[in-house]
Amino acid sequence: MNVRMILAGSMLLGVLASGGSVDRPLVAAVPASPESALFDAALVAKGAELAAVGNCRSCHTQPGGAPFAGGLPLATPFGTIHSTNITPDPDTGIGRWTGEDFLRAMHDGVDRAGRHLYPAFPYDHFTRVTALDVAAIYAFIMTREPVRAEIPANRLRFPAGFRPAIAVWKALYFEPGVYRPDPTKSAAWNRGAYLVDGLAHCGACHTPRNALGAENKRQDLGGGEVERWHASSLIETSPAPVPWSADALYDYLRRGHEQRHGIAAGPMAPVVHNLSGAAEDDVRAIAVYIASRMQRPESAPAGAADAVVAAAKEREAGAGSGATSGNAASAVDGATVFAGACAACHGAGPTSRSPAPVALGLTTSLNAPDPRNAIHITLEGLWPEPGEKGALMPGFAAELTDGQVIALVDYLRARFTDRPAWTDVPQRVSEVRQGMQSEP
Amino acid sequence: MIELNINGRTHAIDADPNTPLLYVLRDHLALSGAKFGCGLGQCGACTVMVDGQATFSCLTPISVLPGRRIKTVEGLGTIEQPGPLQRAFIDEQAVQCGYCIAGMIMRAQALLEKNPSPSEAEIRRHLMPNLCRCGTHLRILRAVRRAAEQMRVAAAHEAKPSDS
Repeated sequence: MNVRMILAGSMLLGVLASGGSVDRPLVAAVPASPESALFDAALVAKGAELAAVGNCRSCHTQPGGAPFAGGLPLATPFGTIHSTNITPDPDTGIGRWTGEDFLRAMHDGVDRAGRHLYPAFPYDHFTRVTALDVAAIYAFIMTREPVRAEIPANRLRFPAGFRPAIAVWKALYFEPGVYRPDPTKSAAWNRGAYLVDGLAHCGACHTPRNALGAENKRQDLGGGEVERWHASSLIETSPAPVPWSADALYDYLRRGHEQRHGIAAGPMAPVVHNLSGAAEDDVRAIAVYIASRMQRPESAPAGAADAVVAAAKEREAGAGSGATSGNAASAVDGATVFAGACAACHGAGPTSRSPAPVALGLTTSLNAPDPRNAIHITLEGLWPEPGEKGALMPGFAAELTDGQVIALVDYLRARFTDRPAWTDVPQRVSEVRQGMQSEP
Repeated sequence: MIELNINGRTHAIDADPNTPLLYVLRDHLALSGAKFGCGLGQCGACTVMVDGQATFSCLTPISVLPGRRIKTVEGLGTIEQPGPLQRAFIDEQAVQCGYCIAGMIMRAQALLEKNPSPSEAEIRRHLMPNLCRCGTHLRILRAVRRAAEQMRVAAAHEAKPSDS
């Protein structure tokens, strides 16, 4: 009996065991065009929660497009690829895929026709998702509205455009396997580790990649990049001035902000938006596991976090006070820009009307090893999706010249953190500006 | 003194460099079209244009503005000769209390200067930062569509003599 048969068998058993009524044949008998009615409602609901953890919707949906209908262009160092339509449309989606086809894509990175899939689809993580969980996700996906949507052709540079090249990549970097629980750890920790390394694929952004685009496992979750944003380290090198606790992480992942760390922005914003639909216990488990990975060897003395918070608030109170006053002309000076553009929300002085929810000195973006996130937020602001709750900050791309942005970002780093000045601010400002212009 | 170019004229302003542009417009220059709504860049009542882009004047200190082109609602037309957007807002009766309207018009102007034929989705997305508490949003959208149409017609009319 080969592995695939074992998997398929265990998947079917899992589906049955999870509450599917026994008299209905489920995954194994999926016809060419599966009918929604074949899937048990509880299994579909579980799949919805898991798909939220997997953040499937973010990549497989275009802005303003039908959910899961794909077509989102993903810029990679090797060219642009488009996410696929994973609605159950038989011709342009995955409507003809059986549960086994779907499992094989998740576990082995091949499509229904047996072609290798680009690892932008993170099967290097999904390979660790149990067949039971994959079956639930399959049930959820197959009961979505089918959408007929052709996907534009990928534009990749040689040899990445040549699919057999992916076989070489897989031979080098792809390790199929299952999650092995650590019996010395709690059930929540193990569930968290299983989700983080598998379905949630946190490392896809938070682990640095090598020249061939594979995650560097020796720096697992040590900080990476995505869409010209810096993805923070989720291990003991985390730049957060107040160490993250599991409770703080849970709040952040569930609500999108946490008052001692910051607000989910950029590519992390849709992740937390999706996680609001995940099972509460799963989000807690992720928080427990990540908090343990971030734990530093030395334990901080009691009250250290409160002292950091108090110091950050004190710095905010006098911010902008070094500003050029009187009638001195328009010297580009970060403190002056701050006093005029930022202090209304981020200062505690007389001009402040509405304190921002997070003290600047506590934010991960200002304490990060590179300035990109701070520049993104300065230029673009924070905008919740239309109709969604969330922090709102106007961007200053129109107001401030590059020179003024550079001066402001340098000032923010010096004024609100104890960390060394960033050395690459001018180059990063022009990169972020270029990115904003190239986006629609 | 800080020199500001507003609606094509240069003004020498005697004010602290931190002063928001909005205060200078209203208190020093009596250009009271732009309104103070929230002072936090959350409502858009203070919107003006800087170098062609919609800008919250309440959060823009004058120190960052020398050498830039500032345009306010007063720069679009006069009571006798309203500009195309102003005319369209009147024709559609898109104003109830009027507090947000100068900001709405200036944000729409920035869009139409860059994109003369915006789609409905583009108009809605672009106007998102500006709030109207009376709820005349649907009339505001109609006015922006009407102005876009009229500006296209006018542009085509102007372009004709040079074509021949």
